[in-house]
Amino acid sequence: MVISSLSSSKGTSPPLLKVDTLVTAFDTENGRVHAVDGASFAMAPGSTLGIVGESGCGKSVTALSIMGLLPQPSGRIVSGHIFFDGKDLPTLSAGEMQAIRGRRMTMIFQEPMTALNPVHRIGSQINEVYAIHLSKMTKKQRRKAAMTMLLDVGIADPLMVMDNYPHQLSGGMRQRVMIAMALASSPDILIADEPTTALDVTVQAQILELIKSLQERMGMSVLLITHDLGVIAENCDDAVVMYGGRVVERAGVMDLFKNPAHPYTIGLISSIPGLAEKPKSLLPTIKGRVPSLDKMPRGCRFSNRCSHVMDICHTVPPPETKVGSPGHFASCYLLGGKP
Amino acid sequence: MTDSREKQPKGRHIDLSLKPDTILSVMGLTKHFPVRGGIFLGQTGVVHAVDDVSFSIKKGETLGLVGESGCGKTTLGRCVVGLYPPTSGTVFLHGKNIALGNPRQMKSMRLQMQMIFQDPFESLNARHTVGEILREKYVIHGRKGGKTDKEIGALLERVGLSGDDIHRFPHEFSGGQRQRIGIARAITLDPEVIICDEPVSALDVSVQSQILNLMVTLQREMGLTYLFISHDLAVVKHVSDRIAVMYLGKIVEYAKARSLYETPYHPYTRALLSAIPLPDPLARKQRIILKGEVPSPENPPLGCRFHTRCPHVMDRCSKVEPLLKPLKVQGSTHFTACHLYS
Repeated sequence: MVISSLSSSKGTSPPLLKVDTLVTAFDTENGRVHAVDGASFAMAPGSTLGIVGESGCGKSVTALSIMGLLPQPSGRIVSGHIFFDGKDLPTLSAGEMQAIRGRRMTMIFQEPMTALNPVHRIGSQINEVYAIHLSKMTKKQRRKAAMTMLLDVGIADPLMVMDNYPHQLSGGMRQRVMIAMALASSPDILIADEPTTALDVTVQAQILELIKSLQERMGMSVLLITHDLGVIAENCDDAVVMYGGRVVERAGVMDLFKNPAHPYTIGLISSIPGLAEKPKSLLPTIKGRVPSLDKMPRGCRFSNRCSHVMDICHTVPPPETKVGSPGHFASCYLLGGKP
Repeated sequence: MTDSREKQPKGRHIDLSLKPDTILSVMGLTKHFPVRGGIFLGQTGVVHAVDDVSFSIKKGETLGLVGESGCGKTTLGRCVVGLYPPTSGTVFLHGKNIALGNPRQMKSMRLQMQMIFQDPFESLNARHTVGEILREKYVIHGRKGGKTDKEIGALLERVGLSGDDIHRFPHEFSGGQRQRIGIARAITLDPEVIICDEPVSALDVSVQSQILNLMVTLQREMGLTYLFISHDLAVVKHVSDRIAVMYLGKIVEYAKARSLYETPYHPYTRALLSAIPLPDPLARKQRIILKGEVPSPENPPLGCRFHTRCPHVMDRCSKVEPLLKPLKVQGSTHFTACHLYS
């Protein structure tokens, strides 16, 4: 892997976060499986990077690896680096990681009901963030900061919400509370793992708009993980497409949608029912389905579903090859890469 | 809330002239769920899940029913197949009233009307093999056939599975394959109408397109009629001939699929359409962000149920409930329930 090629479409500033040939493994009953297998990408300060892929592609595990939140003891980072602000995160001690996680790097999850503690009031849960990460504040300052933060995420009546328990709020409100907690410490990076998947489309629009406006105001970077290519197209600067634990393509969002290079990306984009198509026409599909992690094909992991498969695809994983525009890479032998 | 039962005849504003090709029609369907609470579990309120909804579907056609969670679309689907007894209103299949039918009538009706469920993990009996799940249909309805593995195998092949899958259990299949089993179960006895409740919502994009293609193909081959319920507007647009948009138990707009997407009239439909993220970074569009969230169906707003979130709200909207009416264009088949157009 050539690290110098990990550039981003947004300017030439050094990346804030750089994931380099990350391998994350889980010990299962069927032996060790590699949920992430050599993922590399970089993220420019202030930009939004999307990771897109279907269930089991490793996008969430990548996020958990970055945050140091892999389920223990089954999950571990086997090799590779995650550089954040000059530090290699997997080498840090638990204490050093604690100073970064939840403070400089925060995360919101798909299901805010399970991420919030059901037996504590919203107010005390937000207060906890300040108490842990900004301990110099007095009790009164914390309460005031929490109120301002809730107002910032579009909660009209923060006093009432702070007295509520999570079950008393709607899904959209809970996600707003999660965002308030995640942004309380003014992080450098917000990792959003499917933040709107459980929400209705009109509420999804509200939440994505909110993240965007807060990002502009606070100047943070956002790592947005989603299965929805529409969300990627409308919210991200750069995107990474994952399949079977590997990055198959990464590019600026314009390049990815106008000039997709990997057969999986092309298949994924064309299989979305469009609003412009003739009703009841047959959609292009990708044949078969994602194999389970312990039954991944050798060589290119997409080889058993690919319509352009060649002999070489079954032997050695294809290297990342440059495509057209700067910052656009895809891992496919069709692009002329050599094993 | 006025009592919708006083407004007879219900649903007259929709083309309910029972044309010979109309296979399913629903008139003034209403479903209220009692809310119980307090020490003695007395009734403390009513959830207005579906309120005076009318529509009809022609043979071989797909009606898409779209709306967000809590709008009553699933309840409506379940009332139509008789899984919930409706509070009032009627369902006609081939011009015959089925909603008030006795259990025996309901059973023979189910030969003609089947359902596909959202969750392919929970809607299949985990203790039965695929063969048993499908064979059960023949036994329940006292039909011949389904005795040999060959017949069941042919059915499985029709939905894109292998004949060898007969002896396997549902947990051995992926989500997409399980949905194929659900579809095989629905088409076993050659029904005419299938109610599809979010059939692809639990599936990944690449599998979703496979299932949608299967449903479109089966419709062509078997002349099936679908009521396709979904929250995903792009999916609904793709499979439907006509679309009904629901909000808080009411149909707010009802039109041909193309007409609805090209020129949506109701402010809710417009907001809903503008909120879909499009997989095209160049598609810059005016996004309408609605304020707030859907009010509780236990206490729906008076007048137009959308008026609390509507960007075009007027005085009338909180007082008078707008009726679903055709647009004032000669021969228009585009219906909307909004005071802006009356």
